[in-house]
Amino acid sequence: MEDIIRGKAFVLGDDIDTDQIIPAHHLVYKLDDGEESKKYGEFALSGVPESQSGLPQGKIPFVEKGEWQSEYKIIIGGKNFGCGSSREHAPYALNKAGAAAVVAQSYARIFFRNSVNGGYLIPFETANKINDQIATGDEIEIDVKSSTLKKVETGETFPLQPLGDIEEILKSGNIFSYAKEAGMM
Amino acid sequence: MGMTITEKILAQHAGRDSVSPGENIWIDVDVLMTHDVCGPGTIGVFKKNFGENANVWDKSKVVIIPDHYIFTKDTYANRNVEILRQFVKEQGLENNYFDPGSPRYKGVCHVALPEEGHTRPGEVLFGTDSHTCTAGAFGEFATGIGNTDAGFIMGAGKLWVKTPPTMRFVFEGELPPYLMAKDLILHIIGDIGCDGATYRAMEFAGDGVYGLNIEERMTLCNMVIEAGGKNGVIEPDDVTIDFVKSRTDKPFNVVRNDPGASFFVEKVYKTSEIIPTVAKPHSPDNRGVAQELSDIKITRAYIGSCTGGKMTDFKAAAAILEGQTCQVPTFIVPATTEVEKGLKETKRNGKSLYEIFEAAGAHIGPPSCAACLGGPEDTFGRLNGPEVCISTTNRNFPGRMGSKDSQVFLASPYTVAASSLTGKITDPRKYLS
Repeated sequence: MEDIIRGKAFVLGDDIDTDQIIPAHHLVYKLDDGEESKKYGEFALSGVPESQSGLPQGKIPFVEKGEWQSEYKIIIGGKNFGCGSSREHAPYALNKAGAAAVVAQSYARIFFRNSVNGGYLIPFETANKINDQIATGDEIEIDVKSSTLKKVETGETFPLQPLGDIEEILKSGNIFSYAKEAGMM
Repeated sequence: MGMTITEKILAQHAGRDSVSPGENIWIDVDVLMTHDVCGPGTIGVFKKNFGENANVWDKSKVVIIPDHYIFTKDTYANRNVEILRQFVKEQGLENNYFDPGSPRYKGVCHVALPEEGHTRPGEVLFGTDSHTCTAGAFGEFATGIGNTDAGFIMGAGKLWVKTPPTMRFVFEGELPPYLMAKDLILHIIGDIGCDGATYRAMEFAGDGVYGLNIEERMTLCNMVIEAGGKNGVIEPDDVTIDFVKSRTDKPFNVVRNDPGASFFVEKVYKTSEIIPTVAKPHSPDNRGVAQELSDIKITRAYIGSCTGGKMTDFKAAAAILEGQTCQVPTFIVPATTEVEKGLKETKRNGKSLYEIFEAAGAHIGPPSCAACLGGPEDTFGRLNGPEVCISTTNRNFPGRMGSKDSQVFLASPYTVAASSLTGKITDPRKYLS
């Protein structure tokens, strides 16, 4: 796990469900095939209605047509990010497209767990709503150790909730490496 | 201090005398279920971490039920079923596998599991599907997980969980004849919001709940995930025990709340104050009531899925559609092959439900998840354009049933059937005198 995560923000609203993150008809590609799995990157966040994609302006695709990597590394959401199905393809797809972290007010349980246990991305929580204070394209820096998020251009900072129990799993990589290190496997 | 059912089941499976909400514990797993969408990924995680030649931890406890993308020409989807087939053969899991195209094929996993006797009081069930919570209707702890957690269980037979606090929802008064479990759960979700139970257990109680048959109890527990709930649960009674005993000889342990069990919150509703309820686009918590939405024109009606594709759901729909004609294309998808058989064998006034639906002009498809979650473009009933659909399914987020341009209203089978007859959202009470 990096101590500093820096990159452009991609901003979304509340209740971004797993069908918006990766629509169900795309759940058929192999996850462990290097070439085929790029399709998950290609279609990451393709289910978000256009007007809600890349706020506040909207109509900004997370991944450009024909590409599988996004120029945005940090996703900023609102409440209940990742609600809906249990598909692990959701955090996997965001990771495949190049996202390293999601910052949201709250998460749906299974998405949060999948993100951590699969080691796909770091799900940071904020105490307050911040998706109305950051715009898509803003350069963002997350300091993992001090749990803060900074808008690079203005220097404005926002506190993040400490990672707590999940920090050790994220440091190990995923639930398997964590369990091995802890002597559980 | 007493424990709730959920806390007691978790404590028993952690080998402890007691647990408290918030505690992280490792628990033993009784059943792991997976399907064609998440099975291949789970198998990949299992093999990568436990070895190419590793065996699953207990053959009798791994159940594989392909149900999502079955009747499609999509080559990727068909390949995924083939991956399951190979794994089943390699591991010797034939007894708990239900192959499409064979007489053993079942359909929707959450309805197939109880039919095949895999849901039992007091047990722990994990499944790679968010609606695994359905099985809480049998008085067990059941919840959805991702591929990594499932791959871990497949090799180790255990998993860590955070003990959830329990929210208790009590329905006072027997259900009026125009209400179904779907109305109750949509009412709750509208009340607490689609993250109102995140990380918590939702227990249902009261005579309004104990008066429900087992399928209706499944509908209640099925949609706890739409409020963010970790699991839904109903204390077992004779209805539960009789059903489970009719499906399995395996012994089970009935767990009930301790006296003095402590609940995060208890909410009490009077069933007589609830009227036919609808979730409007694009969220299950966007609550409305059918009678106030009568100006909304629909282009399609859909009755199916783990939520609304069981015999009770079709009996309700048939009560309204009998002798009538659907005014919009209406799609009927039995959850399982057993339900499909039931449609042909169950009669109303001398006609089978199947005949009643055909006579009303409905389209009847083969058992599977079908258009509930969109799926490949050739999926039966999928919304491929700007349709306005009223559906007995569970989610109506943007694009859930197919096109991002479509709109989905969620409602009970009564309300969906009544709406099909008028082409507008319709309160079913006028058809249920």
